[in-house]
Amino acid sequence: MTPVAFLGQFGDAVDIILHKRESVAGGIQVGGSEWLTLIGEHLRISAVALAIACAIAIPLGLWLGHIGRGEFLASSFANIGRAVPTYALIAFFVAYIGIGFRNVALALTLLAIPPIFTNAYVGMRQVDRDTVDAGRGMGLTGWGIVRGIELPMALPILFGGIRISAVNVVATATLGPIAGVDDLGKPIINANVYGSSGRLAAAMIVALLAIGVELAFAGLQRAVTPKGLKLDDSAAGRRRRRLARPAPLPQTIAQRGGSTE
Amino acid sequence: MRPLVLAVVQLHDRTRNTCVNQNGFCPKWISDHIGDYLSPLWRHVELVVLSVAIGFALAFGLALLARRWQWLGAPISAVSGVLYTIPSLAAFFLLLPLTGFGLVTAVIVLVSYTLLILFRNITVGLQNVPGEVLDAARGMGLTSRELLWRVELPLAMPEIIAGLRIATTTTVGLAALAFFAGAGGLGEKINADITFKSNVVVAGLLCVLLAAVLDLMLVGLQRLAMPWRRAARA
Amino acid sequence: MRYRITLSALAALIAALAIAACGSSSSSTSSSSTTAATAGVIAKNTANASKPTIKIGSKNFTEEFILGQIYAQALQAAGYNVKKQLNLGSEQIAYKAVKGGQVDAYPEYTGTALTSFFKVQSKDVPKDAQAAYQETRQKLAANNLTALPPTPFTDSNGFAVTKATAAKLGNITNLSQLAGKTKNLTISGPPECAQRDDCLLGLEKVYGLKFKKFTPIDIALREEVLTKGQSDVGLVFTTDGAIKKNNLVLLNDDKKLFPPYNVTLIARNPAVSKAGPDFQKTIALVNKGLTTPVMQELNARVDLDKQSPAAVAAQYLKESGYIR
Repeated sequence: MTPVAFLGQFGDAVDIILHKRESVAGGIQVGGSEWLTLIGEHLRISAVALAIACAIAIPLGLWLGHIGRGEFLASSFANIGRAVPTYALIAFFVAYIGIGFRNVALALTLLAIPPIFTNAYVGMRQVDRDTVDAGRGMGLTGWGIVRGIELPMALPILFGGIRISAVNVVATATLGPIAGVDDLGKPIINANVYGSSGRLAAAMIVALLAIGVELAFAGLQRAVTPKGLKLDDSAAGRRRRRLARPAPLPQTIAQRGGSTE
Repeated sequence: MRPLVLAVVQLHDRTRNTCVNQNGFCPKWISDHIGDYLSPLWRHVELVVLSVAIGFALAFGLALLARRWQWLGAPISAVSGVLYTIPSLAAFFLLLPLTGFGLVTAVIVLVSYTLLILFRNITVGLQNVPGEVLDAARGMGLTSRELLWRVELPLAMPEIIAGLRIATTTTVGLAALAFFAGAGGLGEKINADITFKSNVVVAGLLCVLLAAVLDLMLVGLQRLAMPWRRAARA
Repeated sequence: MRYRITLSALAALIAALAIAACGSSSSSTSSSSTTAATAGVIAKNTANASKPTIKIGSKNFTEEFILGQIYAQALQAAGYNVKKQLNLGSEQIAYKAVKGGQVDAYPEYTGTALTSFFKVQSKDVPKDAQAAYQETRQKLAANNLTALPPTPFTDSNGFAVTKATAAKLGNITNLSQLAGKTKNLTISGPPECAQRDDCLLGLEKVYGLKFKKFTPIDIALREEVLTKGQSDVGLVFTTDGAIKKNNLVLLNDDKKLFPPYNVTLIARNPAVSKAGPDFQKTIALVNKGLTTPVMQELNARVDLDKQSPAAVAAQYLKESGYIR
């Protein structure tokens, strides 16, 4: 494939984004303004799935993290969530429930829950216990601790999880046409109608969309990070943290010594 | 007289409801046809092992470079982060004009997915080696290279293996899409009959089992590579 | 008692043998009935092994998988080296593949070839199967492709509804009876249906039917989407076993929109000439047994019994006596 031919394909892909043209076998028009509809549908199903996943996973994860239960659930959820192929998940729903917007949204919601839940849980757990004790000393109880101390400190990690899920959902929504949802995956899966240029164009738009979502949520994550927590990521800062941390070898020996029964 | 065709295709009786034609979960059908899944499963294993191995080699090299020249850390993270964000399905077709359908396209995309997590974990693992240990080792006269291979890397093992585990399980899931790039794998089996419950469940379960097995193997590798941890726990 | 039953059983057996012997070739000895059977067996010609490998492709649904396997296995039995590249995609992709040499041959439907590749209006395709085949052969010859003689069976596009939907629309049995009733109906089919004259476009032009929405679906889901109520009218193929099994109503094509759809193996001319006479002979031989009831049975074995297309193709070749 010569460089010119390669660039030519991308040039043709940009053309099908900008102008409508006849489908591969003729008869219908594809491309042009149709992309807006496809992008809209893609964002719609992603937003719905993410919203439902947040509504389920955030309260559950924050609560379990606050009371300190459910460690096993959090870790196994994360592992299983990673191992189940998204394609198998969608296929499972097509086989058992059928095609349609609702079914794809359900599959995507299931996909989005593990990272949000795990990060909500871990975010709450990793709050410094001393700080929580200080809060208790100040007279805060239950909900006060959650709102004043744990939640603000857990937010960055929680939003990190939401960000991961958002990108995953946008990426997996590309499989929508398999289950009858006409989103940006349509030109990719139906290349016989849109042509290889249409397919390439869709791939380009999906990639840009995913990067856009990542940047948007990264910005959101930065916005909710309390000023004091914004990590000092310079080389000096890293060395400082490294020196401050106890060495693993002495630590484990001490642990062993301490845990003999 | 015209010859009578003595051999004829038999019409089967389909009036009875069987597990298969009712589209249920059919253990008998599965045990009869499990052989059909072996070749796609093997191809799936090939894709995962190849991609993680190449990804690890690349990430390791990049981590060593970033260890030597600190300023490289941020750009490498940024680039591998972008590669990670691009959905794999889109990536397959973005590469298509260049590398065509086949194993190469799939492996390139899968490798680019592992880079972020592996690079990050190797780098963090190396950075987390405590300063006193390094000072002590230097005091004992170890050269920079010996320092790396005999002190830093062994201590960084937990992080590195953790990264390998995440990369491997993620790659197993992503390799299910490799058939879109013409590279086969278990995803092809799912696609062959997406409405048949038994087929989808078997192919999906094989993916999860594969991920579990590879994960356990890596945990075993961790135990082997770090005998002092075993002693500490005893 | 036993004696009499045995006698009548023996009589029945002799009668059966006599009928069989009468039915076999003119020299009515038992060996001639074997000759009739062996006349169908594919003979392995070792000279074919040294000829270039034949690449057989197919489109992306069950019937095509089975046909691709049948042709590939038959050619292998004749001694050729065969490579299979089935599941290429829909007709446009497969046609491109055979023109470009990615595969040497694939099975195509005469009606599809004429309407999709040569832009013949679906209504204008000759209704006679042989005439349609001749026209296909002429047009493909201009593209350096040979269309081999067609199969006896025809598998037409068709549109079906569930029994309930048919009753709701006034107990319809014909496509023309849908006129004026489709404003709020969904129609489903593979994505390429939207651009094909023998599919959605033809329904609009010939029957004047405008549907509320066209839902593109994976071709394998064509009956499922009807039974699950996610589409009102759906494209089906007339040889699908799932139609009968799901009690779907296949609507009659009373305005004769659909052309004949016999299968012809489209092959590249260089591949045909290099392969020698056994290539066309073998294909013609295995085509003989592919009648419509047989094709329906083979499709059902894959779609309903969930056997693999390769296994079903092997069963066809064995049960028809082409391979021992």
